Amino acid sequence: MTEPERQLAEPSAAFEPRLVALVCTWCTYAGADLAGTSRLPYAPNVRIIQFPCTGRIDPLLVLKAFEGGADGVLVSGCHPGDCHYTSGNYHARRRWAIVRRLLEFTGIDSRRLYFSWVSAAEGRKFADLVNEITQAVRAAGPFEPANPARRRPWT
Amino acid sequence: MARIGVFICHCGENIARTVDVAAVASAAARLPGVVHAVDYKYICSDPGQQMIRKAVSDLRLTGLVVGACSPRMHEATFRRAAAEAGLNPYLVEMANLREHCSWVHADRAAATAKAVDLVRLAVEKVKRNRALVPIRVPIEPTALVVGGGIAGIQAALDIAQAGRKVILVERSASIGGHMARLSETFPTLDCSQCILTPRMVEAASHPNIMLMTYSEVESVEGFVGNFQVTIRRKAKYVDWSKCTGCGDCWAKCPVQKIPSEFDAGLAPRTAIYRPFPQAVPSKPVIDAAHCLMLTKKKCGACAKVCDRGAIHFEDADELFRVKVGAVVLATGFDLWDHSAYGEYGGGRWADVVDGFQFERLASASGPTSGEIRRPSDGAVPQTVVFVQCCGSRDAKVGKAYCSKICCMVTAKHAMLYKHKVHKGRAVVFYMDVRAGGKGYEEFVRRAVESDGVEYVRGRVSRIYRRRDGRLIVRGADTLVGKPVTIEADLVVLADAVVPRRGSERLARMFGVGYDADGFYSEAHPKLRPVETSAAGVFLAGACQSPKDIPETVSQASAAAAKVLGLFSRPELEREPVVARVNENTCVHCRACLAACPYGAIEDYEIRDRQGRLLKVVARVNEGLCQGCGTCVAVCRSKSMDLEGFTDDQVFAQVVTLE
Repeated sequence: MTEPERQLAEPSAAFEPRLVALVCTWCTYAGADLAGTSRLPYAPNVRIIQFPCTGRIDPLLVLKAFEGGADGVLVSGCHPGDCHYTSGNYHARRRWAIVRRLLEFTGIDSRRLYFSWVSAAEGRKFADLVNEITQAVRAAGPFEPANPARRRPWT
Repeated sequence: MARIGVFICHCGENIARTVDVAAVASAAARLPGVVHAVDYKYICSDPGQQMIRKAVSDLRLTGLVVGACSPRMHEATFRRAAAEAGLNPYLVEMANLREHCSWVHADRAAATAKAVDLVRLAVEKVKRNRALVPIRVPIEPTALVVGGGIAGIQAALDIAQAGRKVILVERSASIGGHMARLSETFPTLDCSQCILTPRMVEAASHPNIMLMTYSEVESVEGFVGNFQVTIRRKAKYVDWSKCTGCGDCWAKCPVQKIPSEFDAGLAPRTAIYRPFPQAVPSKPVIDAAHCLMLTKKKCGACAKVCDRGAIHFEDADELFRVKVGAVVLATGFDLWDHSAYGEYGGGRWADVVDGFQFERLASASGPTSGEIRRPSDGAVPQTVVFVQCCGSRDAKVGKAYCSKICCMVTAKHAMLYKHKVHKGRAVVFYMDVRAGGKGYEEFVRRAVESDGVEYVRGRVSRIYRRRDGRLIVRGADTLVGKPVTIEADLVVLADAVVPRRGSERLARMFGVGYDADGFYSEAHPKLRPVETSAAGVFLAGACQSPKDIPETVSQASAAAAKVLGLFSRPELEREPVVARVNENTCVHCRACLAACPYGAIEDYEIRDRQGRLLKVVARVNEGLCQGCGTCVAVCRSKSMDLEGFTDDQVFAQVVTLE
């Protein structure tokens, strides 16, 4: 039984948002590792997918994440000026300035999409961010795609 | 057909305590493409790796997923195990069930569900991995060391003595760094320059070391094994190939009131100057901002008196391009500017000094020839108060950290004062005394028991200067629970250790990270203390974190060992995570060319057999591509893909979460 099916079956069960985090290896992934080694607790709702750089992240991936069942998406990378590949995060930043507006225009609540800079030394920031986002997405409720039939796993 | 093997690690208790590893393994066994799924206590151990190797060969696995710690920990380990069994190492993926799961979540059901999802992501990815072969690049076996203090000198000497060439770049006119300014070093009270200057001379005269002082790194291109570094050699206005260091020039210079940086402002220097008598190279430079000839076209006395004709006022900065294979950053530290502490006078009073100023007072070759005297009136102070933790351990001024060396430095200063002024009173206000090194605790005990230094546990709330010139220090003695007021003649503040000014710019040039306090980030705080996230760039000394001289020397030698390890083979194997162009669909819009931070993409002409031009497309230079994937995301025709993170793999991961 999939998560949405389970929630439909048990309407009294509290809604637990499903978050996908698209992060860069060098900063945010390492920051999440640091949160782990420091044993900083955070909400278990997030699934991290690793990329070499936020510059690699296609806006289409965000849409696919929502289609695939995500209720919220976080894209996170190195701070401006500190990109391991020098400028990948600048490309990402420019991209998101437009993509965010486009997604809002299509009706995706801005509480579901987050873009942040978390460095490898910011374990606490990562943990706090995940907790904050989980709360906000919980308040926004489950994401209802325009065409629910499209919500299928990739084979 | 995919035949994936999944191994879920207990990691002792670290994962198994929170995640139901057996349930994760059985959930994995049901995933399409998975033919083998087990859990085991320690997969990174020998028997664990043996288990992997056996499964790979017995079951003819086409891919491997290990659900365990972070890939930053053991990805290399499992790739090696797979390779030993005959499976291409790039057909291995890890699911991070420890740092990203069991260590941060408490609820067993939620953590287990997350673990299953993370394993599923990894399986979907690995099913689409391709067997890749490492790329080989030649290595230039020359090292660049940035910073000529004890860390840089030690690293340079170690590398040079192993037979490799080193370029040692130093910003000021002489090598030696802060250690050259110290009077004595703890815990032996060795004369600092006596132990340093032989190394300075060795570094300057070693045939494998090219010394570039009064120079700075201007820009950096390239990557590990193949850095192109541009170094700016600042205009000295003195031709060092002719100069003998005789000193006639600075004896004649009429500009004599510039505060000497070396003497921490306690003594003046001239416009044409040698930083200190033991400078290496022992030759002067002209300070262009203060020289009368260079600013006002008057004077020129030094050139007139120089019988070697070494001085010429038409000089310009020169840029040198060098090719190096590895870099050691050893830029050191500065002391925090305590003028932020209004409570301690805000830097207004000459008799409230910092650690370096006290070192220069105590130094036999310093402005007072080693006599401790008040900077204001030259009197010998009869009561000296030492204040620890000035700026350190104070979140209010943005420095929560401990500067590590000040407890020992202050004990040393108090002892030196008592050795020189036997009847003087030395009082140290402290919070804790941290003396963890070899012989350090005994050293502090000696200060208290043999030299009669008074240690008062409490902070100083205010220092002010009375009309008669005495400094009133108000603090507390928390062990007896009473406020304490001391009338002092001299106050020495143990200012916080901060990274060198301008070090952040250098870090960005090399792609090295730094923390909120500006200290350079090591690749792993425990296990990789001298490497950085930039391959081929290493760290040594206080630029990474406050440390004393023995630790600095150790770290410098460690960095040198890493460099020599890199140089031990003629070629470097590079990860084949590089971008590739689909030349059929590429429309040559050149967006990727513009986006690539490494200039790794070029135009490529496709011609037919008669040499007629058919099409121009983009092509990736595998030697330069670092695998960031920025080009993939900007490509409008979806002609670009990144090995190891292909569109196929990444979309599969994103969509598989249900």
